[in-house]
Amino acid sequence: MAEFQNHSVALTVKNLSVYFGKNHAVKNVSLDITARAVTAIIGPSGCGKSTFLRSINRMHELNPDARMEGEIKLFGKDIYSRGIEPVVVRRRVGMVFQKSNPFPTMTIAENVTVGLRLNGVRDKKILAERTEKSLQMSALWDEVKDRLNAPAVSLSGGQQQRLCIARALAVQPEILLMDEPASALDPLATAKIEELILQLKENYTIVIVTHNMQQAARASDFTAFFYMGELVEFGPTTKIFTNPAQKRTEDYVTGRFG
Amino acid sequence: MTAPNHKWRQFKDVLMQIITFICAVLVIAPLVLVFYHLVKLGFGSLNLDFFTHVPKALGEKGGGMANAIVGTFILIGEAAIVGVPIGVLGGIYLSEYGGSKMNWGIRFAADILNGVPSITWGVVVYGLMVIPMHGSSALAGGVVLGMMMIPLVMRTSEEVLQLVPPGYREASLALGISKWRTILQIVVRTALKGIITGVLLALARVAGETAPLLFTAFGNLGWAHSLKEPIAAMPLLIYNYATSPYEDWHRQAWAGALVLLLLVLFVNIVVRVMTRDRFKNKI
Repeated sequence: MAEFQNHSVALTVKNLSVYFGKNHAVKNVSLDITARAVTAIIGPSGCGKSTFLRSINRMHELNPDARMEGEIKLFGKDIYSRGIEPVVVRRRVGMVFQKSNPFPTMTIAENVTVGLRLNGVRDKKILAERTEKSLQMSALWDEVKDRLNAPAVSLSGGQQQRLCIARALAVQPEILLMDEPASALDPLATAKIEELILQLKENYTIVIVTHNMQQAARASDFTAFFYMGELVEFGPTTKIFTNPAQKRTEDYVTGRFG
Repeated sequence: MTAPNHKWRQFKDVLMQIITFICAVLVIAPLVLVFYHLVKLGFGSLNLDFFTHVPKALGEKGGGMANAIVGTFILIGEAAIVGVPIGVLGGIYLSEYGGSKMNWGIRFAADILNGVPSITWGVVVYGLMVIPMHGSSALAGGVVLGMMMIPLVMRTSEEVLQLVPPGYREASLALGISKWRTILQIVVRTALKGIITGVLLALARVAGETAPLLFTAFGNLGWAHSLKEPIAAMPLLIYNYATSPYEDWHRQAWAGALVLLLLVLFVNIVVRVMTRDRFKNKI
């Protein structure tokens, strides 16, 4: 694990609690997320892992009953401090969802650049460059370069998900959140996404929520185990999966419950 | 194994089939009959004069409905200017903003307004515009049709906007796109065909309204030279001709009704073609 010690911290979460009305979804969670590494969040359904993820780009605020306590710092800056708009946070913290959701009214290229265009970027040269670069990073370029103007919904499920990753990368975020990005895909498409994640961590900090234990073991450097809204254990993935400190973690990763 | 009342069950099944089939036929029959009747009585009176001439003076033969056809299009245009922006924006509010209590109130009001007898709308605009402006006008006619469109367009817009999966809104917001741009460029754009469909159907519906125009547009046997003058409209002219004692006017009323029906049919076919395309693209 010595290699990680040189890495800086991208995200500092301190005493984070998230409520939806009276439901206490995330309970007093503190952890540091390392830059240019993959952090997996695992845990049974309803354990608060998605809510935790969405609090990092303030997407949980779409629920009008949501309330948070604590602190999340992105490279040292509090993303919840006064005067910081959620819109700005979301440009710095990108997100990929469980269900691929390319915009059906747009072509492949338009989908990639939508975040730029709707934020005022008009320069066609920049847009074209960013399209190619993002699609190459998401390992989709070779498959779509001859049909960039085809409707996005003409792609296969796995391609659509990689298109969504390209779309998120095009606005050049600092962190990429992935909420079960492969759970709706077949094994081959899943393998491609995992391969992609390993490539992306060269440049990006990735936080991925997954139900798939093998996926967490294969693709992540750090793993956080959530249970009933609490962070049970957090550490290097190899340690969590081979020598966990907590009994509950061991039971979960060995499939004895959850 | 056959149950003892097997025959009776079979009989009930067939009976239900017959009853529902008859009801289905009863739905289509009026359209077929009306259309047949209109073609039979009206088609013979359709000629170039019908589309290019205004009505002749009382008692003279010939003439046409050019002014009423143009008038109807002008009234529909005005109605669209009044009804479409307010209706669509109201639908966006209901779907994308607004608390549940507020929305319940607005929806309830819109549904009531959709059920208000159309002549009531005419009386309202008569009081609001015709009396203060000292006379019937094309303007008042357009406004009343536009007001009738608002609740129709609002509810259909809301419904199609609600059909846009929440995932698209989330994806857009997660890209750091502001809420109003998300609504306009992602949500409305995704639902655009549905919204246009709703608008066209609302236009088709008000195009055939007669009662509210009696108090507002009033009708005109010649051309209206400004929007402040009374204007001819097809439903009004059909009404006036049909209730007149002149054989020639009766013929023209049939022809007018045929043209109006064809117009509405045309809009519906356009909508059909558009919605078919919609399903092809999965949205």
